[in-house]
Amino acid sequence: MGASDFANLPHIGESVRRKEDYRFLTGAGQYTDDIVLANMSHCYFVRSPHAHAKVRSVNKTAALAAPGVIGILDGQDVAADKINGLPCGWLITSTDGQPMKEPAHPILALDTVRYVGDHVAMVVAETLEQARNAAELVEVDYEPLGAVVDVRDAQAAGAPASHEIAPDNHCYKWAIGDKGEVDKAFVGAAHVTKLDLVNNRLAPNPMEPRAAIGHYNRAGDDYTLYVANQNPHVERLLLTAFVMGLPEHKVRVIAPDVGGGFGAKIFLYAEDVCLTWASKKLNRPIKWTCDRSEAFLCDAHGRDHVSHAELAMDKDGKFLAFRVHTDANMGAYLSTFAPAVPTILYATLLAGQYKTPQVYVEVDAWFTNTSPVDAYRGAGRPEATYLLERIVSRAAWEMGLSQDEIRRRNFITEFPYQTPVALQYDTGDFNACMDKSQELADVAGLEARKAESKSKGLLRGVGYSSYIEACGLAPSNVAGALGARAGLFECGEVRVHPTGSVTVFTGSHSHGQGHETTFAQVVAARLGLTPDQVDIVHGDTGRVPFGMGTYGSRSISVGGAAIMRALDKIEAKAKKIAAHLMEASDTDIDFAGGEFKVKGTDKMVTFGQVALTAYVPHNYPLDKLEPGLNETAFYDPTNFTFPAGTYICEVEIDPATGVVRVDRFTAVDDFGTIINPMVVEGQVHGGVVQGIGQALMEHCVYDRETGQLVTGSYMDYTMPRADDFPNIVIGHVCTPCTTNPLGTKGCGEAGAIGSPPAVINAVLDALAPLGVKDIDMPASPNRVWQAIQNAKA
Amino acid sequence: MQVQLKVNGKAVAIDAAPNTLLVQALRDHLKLTGTHVGCDTGQCGACTVLMNGKAVKSCNMLLAQAADSEVKTIEGMAEADGTMHPMQAAFKECHGLQCGFCTPGMVMSAMDLCERQPNANEQQVREGLEGNICRCTGYQNIVKSVLQGAAAMKS
Repeated sequence: MGASDFANLPHIGESVRRKEDYRFLTGAGQYTDDIVLANMSHCYFVRSPHAHAKVRSVNKTAALAAPGVIGILDGQDVAADKINGLPCGWLITSTDGQPMKEPAHPILALDTVRYVGDHVAMVVAETLEQARNAAELVEVDYEPLGAVVDVRDAQAAGAPASHEIAPDNHCYKWAIGDKGEVDKAFVGAAHVTKLDLVNNRLAPNPMEPRAAIGHYNRAGDDYTLYVANQNPHVERLLLTAFVMGLPEHKVRVIAPDVGGGFGAKIFLYAEDVCLTWASKKLNRPIKWTCDRSEAFLCDAHGRDHVSHAELAMDKDGKFLAFRVHTDANMGAYLSTFAPAVPTILYATLLAGQYKTPQVYVEVDAWFTNTSPVDAYRGAGRPEATYLLERIVSRAAWEMGLSQDEIRRRNFITEFPYQTPVALQYDTGDFNACMDKSQELADVAGLEARKAESKSKGLLRGVGYSSYIEACGLAPSNVAGALGARAGLFECGEVRVHPTGSVTVFTGSHSHGQGHETTFAQVVAARLGLTPDQVDIVHGDTGRVPFGMGTYGSRSISVGGAAIMRALDKIEAKAKKIAAHLMEASDTDIDFAGGEFKVKGTDKMVTFGQVALTAYVPHNYPLDKLEPGLNETAFYDPTNFTFPAGTYICEVEIDPATGVVRVDRFTAVDDFGTIINPMVVEGQVHGGVVQGIGQALMEHCVYDRETGQLVTGSYMDYTMPRADDFPNIVIGHVCTPCTTNPLGTKGCGEAGAIGSPPAVINAVLDALAPLGVKDIDMPASPNRVWQAIQNAKA
Repeated sequence: MQVQLKVNGKAVAIDAAPNTLLVQALRDHLKLTGTHVGCDTGQCGACTVLMNGKAVKSCNMLLAQAADSEVKTIEGMAEADGTMHPMQAAFKECHGLQCGFCTPGMVMSAMDLCERQPNANEQQVREGLEGNICRCTGYQNIVKSVLQGAAAMKS
């Protein structure tokens, strides 16, 4: 079945209300912290208060005597049990052919702590309060060492180094594109626009803090790990094969209801390993639930790039070449996918929507004494879009062109299009997105609104951002060639029951995206059922075939495609059963709307009759046809998908206070085929608000001298709230993806990718009359006010 | 220490240490796990419940402070037969939730808001939800849900 046939099926494009909502709305959801096991104990982690220190000793004596304490384990215990450190899932090779520096990442510090919050010991007690109280009694003798937290400080000569194998803090140098050709193109350019910028460090902040329960069962010598995680099979693979040396069939990982992920729950964390390991050692189920303040310290952070970019143009504003250097802060250790973020997921997106003939990107990755940085909503794509869309608007202003005109002059208009940085875009219509966004944003009325703002003493500006991203990470062999240590396929198993209802087992994981509904729509559409007749099972390695989980907006394009493959097999077998029932040849059977018909006749059997026949195989040609109707498929995509769009933001700024108010926000996206518009729009709303959050308020701040995390709670890390935003106006353009059978492209991250540059470009447009030319995120009132004062001076 | 109160219409007596928070009493003692803990500074609102009809953050209150009061949690919203309250139904209809973790707190705050400002407009709803953080929805559909839920409760 092709994408165009698929889009026309019933239920596709229908805003079916979510099946999962009832349990969430009645308090019947079950998140990890809601689970209580018999004889369960509780864990509290002793964490480093220093950014960098030698651990001279850990004295557990007093703590072990505290009430309720069951056990206290530290790095020495880990070493004694030969538990490995956390593996990194992506290998980057430096431009000199050397592999990246990959320091050991112990689950509990052995002799050195390398960031505030680094794991030193785990205290297990009968109650959480007892564990917390006992943790206070663990005496750790630290010898503080010099620390760096800023990526610019990390590369200074003589900067303190965290790892012996990286004495200069350098993890890797990586590059893509033809430097010689780029340099040559710059020589003949009519104009060069330059830009230095910082992409601010963020905390992902899913509302459910991370939590896990390790449960070793002596009877079967097996383990169950309940964990708030986005990809339970990958978690199990890393945990068993790389860290604990256990056979996979002895470990079941269950990710039950998960309260948001945004990347923070993709990774294998030290806590997950500690709980699994200790549950055997102490022979008790052990629960750990992260505090929010703890989450700020120990969840992988996002972004944190410092970049310099140069864009060469001819006299008409046509792009000739783009040159970028980025320094990426990796934090103290390499988290699961960290090395891929500033390279494969970032540099390859720097062609954007433009036919720039030459692009060259160089990336240096550095270690610092901060929480490890890894993928956060968009992962690399937001960093690329922010850099590119900022410099494109700046180029427009320098060339005396409008922000939309410079984009239109450079848009790619023919597909497929091979960029100079590795990707091949299969399809898109960038002008259509621009047209629709300008129409919905009422750009025509901007001047009148500007005048009205001016009359109130306020400044109004408009910002554009035309993003493209790469979703559905693919294909496995390409990813492998680029350094991935895992495949990137997805699995789907479709089990048809005797009475015709269906259970689907998917390797994708839903943590708010609504898979239980949208995946059911896909299956119902294909089989002629209603979505209520289809249940989706995910998040449990004990039930689902090996899958890769949910991140990078891959669920429907890769996971849905795997289910479609399984449905192809179901249909093929069902046709044979139908042919048997109607005494026809299976090549003469048509299937549509839940009915099997013999071509050219009025003979018909329903899907339910076929299902029953498969399981009640009387008078069944058992020599030719197995009973049952149950098929599994694995799907490895042939290319990424490329969602794209244009976002327009209008802000109003009070120059007296520096407060930026987002007055209007318009998002027009091309996600290809849309299965459930309601769910898709919800994803865009959430993504846009996270992106505006980055642009205006969110920021992880480490003290540059002490390495302390200053923004360690919701008291000082500003989260977007309901009264910070207007309603977002949404529009769609549809050019179906050509490389998967659904035509879908992915929508989960677009909002967070497209919105930051739109907001900052709007801020700069508003501040331009005051002479402000640059500002870094977050454009907080203080920063905006300061920029205005600096421009005056 | 024993504390008596009514939770979701049922009289309960909870034996707990004096430093027990209301949210711990609900989650750990009564196994009402619909009320969630999302932060440790009283900022996120995931733990919001109604006490004597008013929204309170149950992670910021001692159980003892709830003595003799009537507490309502998300588990007490639907009818005995499972039919959702109009406010819950509005959240489903308007797609006012994604991961569902902040949702119980949002619904309870919405109930309080409807009580205080039954005719609240969109801006007032946004301001009224200022104490609850949602990371998924961008709030737009939550606001829509509250407006629709409020209208349904009046009719």
